[in-house]
Amino acid sequence: MNPQYDQLYQALTKVVGYIYPNEIELNWSILIVLYPYITGLVAGAFILASLERVFNVNALKPTYVIALLTSFAFLLVATMPLIFHLGQPFRAWEIMITPHLTSAMAIFGFVYIWYLMVVLVLEIWFDYRRDLVIWSNESKGVKKWLYKILTLGVYDISPEAVKWDEKLGYIVTVIGIPSAFLLHGYVGFIFGSIKANPWWSTVMMPIIFLFSAMVSGIALVMVIYIVINYIRKQKIDMLCLDTIAKYLFYIIIIDFTMESLDQIHRFYEAGESFEIISLLMSGKLFFTLLIMQIFIGMLIPLLALGFLQFYKPNEKLRRMIYLVTGILVLIGIFFMRWNVVIGGQLFSKSFLGFTSFKLSLIGTEGFLMASIWLVVPFLILAALLWLFPPWKKSPSEH
Amino acid sequence: MPSQLKRLLVLGVIIISLFLLLKHLATPVSFGQYGHYRGNSLNEIAALPVKYVGSKTCVKCHDSIVALKLEGLHSDIQCENCHGPAYLHIKTPKKDKLFRPDSREFCAKCHSFNKARPEKAVTQQDIKNHHPEKKCITCHNPHQP
Repeated sequence: MNPQYDQLYQALTKVVGYIYPNEIELNWSILIVLYPYITGLVAGAFILASLERVFNVNALKPTYVIALLTSFAFLLVATMPLIFHLGQPFRAWEIMITPHLTSAMAIFGFVYIWYLMVVLVLEIWFDYRRDLVIWSNESKGVKKWLYKILTLGVYDISPEAVKWDEKLGYIVTVIGIPSAFLLHGYVGFIFGSIKANPWWSTVMMPIIFLFSAMVSGIALVMVIYIVINYIRKQKIDMLCLDTIAKYLFYIIIIDFTMESLDQIHRFYEAGESFEIISLLMSGKLFFTLLIMQIFIGMLIPLLALGFLQFYKPNEKLRRMIYLVTGILVLIGIFFMRWNVVIGGQLFSKSFLGFTSFKLSLIGTEGFLMASIWLVVPFLILAALLWLFPPWKKSPSEH
Repeated sequence: MPSQLKRLLVLGVIIISLFLLLKHLATPVSFGQYGHYRGNSLNEIAALPVKYVGSKTCVKCHDSIVALKLEGLHSDIQCENCHGPAYLHIKTPKKDKLFRPDSREFCAKCHSFNKARPEKAVTQQDIKNHHPEKKCITCHNPHQP
């Protein structure tokens, strides 16, 4: 038989109950899961950096630049899953050239550019400007020229000029905080505003996305900080790590509360879509929602970090717990995005049936493609850390 | 004003100007003429050749088959739904023959079991197990199934 029909027959065996014809296959697959995941890491990492800069949490100083560079590396890749999902990469720029002001998605390009160019690039530039001038004098070859270009021809590193860098960098960070909220709240808004889908359509969505973004971004910087120090064989600043973990703990509590509130509201309201959604949660999403997102990604980290707030074992054990907790949180938030994006497409709009989703290994929407876009930001980060090593920076005032 | 801020402002103006220039150059001339799309596209699409000729044209030569079809369950289906566009065939009928589907897969496009398809509207059959060794058209005349 024609393979096309084999596929259809296979797909139909996975349909439960009644669904509409266009609901058998999911339109949004793992690449659309990655998009809010990566954007969330960007916003979260930036907010950790701003804790140090704006809210004067001095203990976080060792991770300030790492958090900024992480945010930057992930932001460069944030749109790639979308562009590859669309399959028409050369049309992507048209949303900038002929912007459609009534489409939330179409304005994302501008929100993204604002965040990239006006917030992150500027903040990193102001923070590195003095070092770029010094490095452009000390280095040789291509690196020297790269640093020279990046100074934009401004070589003034007098104390006054550096003070200006501080001041301007601070202003950019202050603008950056609402921008980071905008960037990720926006991603939540795109899902939350889809009124036809009861799994998505809630005003809580931007807030839930925002807090889960902070959770994942802070966990990512924590893991990266531990790994970098391990690779460089440097002693970790435990006060810094404890402080990151403390903030991670607080934000997980807020995130957990928000998500629980959303679900409790759904349960109590028990609207017409409730039956299908409760079947979805206890059936198709049992593993990814209850086990991976809530148990592995939230309850275990919450207990582990909560325990460490009251009892502090030796440094080695604490480091290990932080590393494992950070990774668990990152996995948990990935599954949170998965449950939103994939879960929202598994049930029929008729509320009478389910389709199913199986992730393929290869292909443009496959596991390997997704892995590439998760690995690339780490490679970019490695390159950035090599080009602009935070440990070689001259100490800053903030 | 500090020198780095001056330099950034100049760079910012250059980047924004370049963007505006690119926007000006890359926006199609007729964009926005009627709505949020290229106005000229309407005429361009209208100028494309019409490829489907309609059953009224088919009946001029194939009147007996059209009459047979009108009595059966496929009476609402247009000839070209199964046989494909006939714009070349009506000009050079000997040279450009139409598609004559005879595979099980072709019939299955509409008649395979599909939970999402209303059973009352379309007869559905288990294509895998319903006489798998035979072609559908051996027993069913597609013009009067």
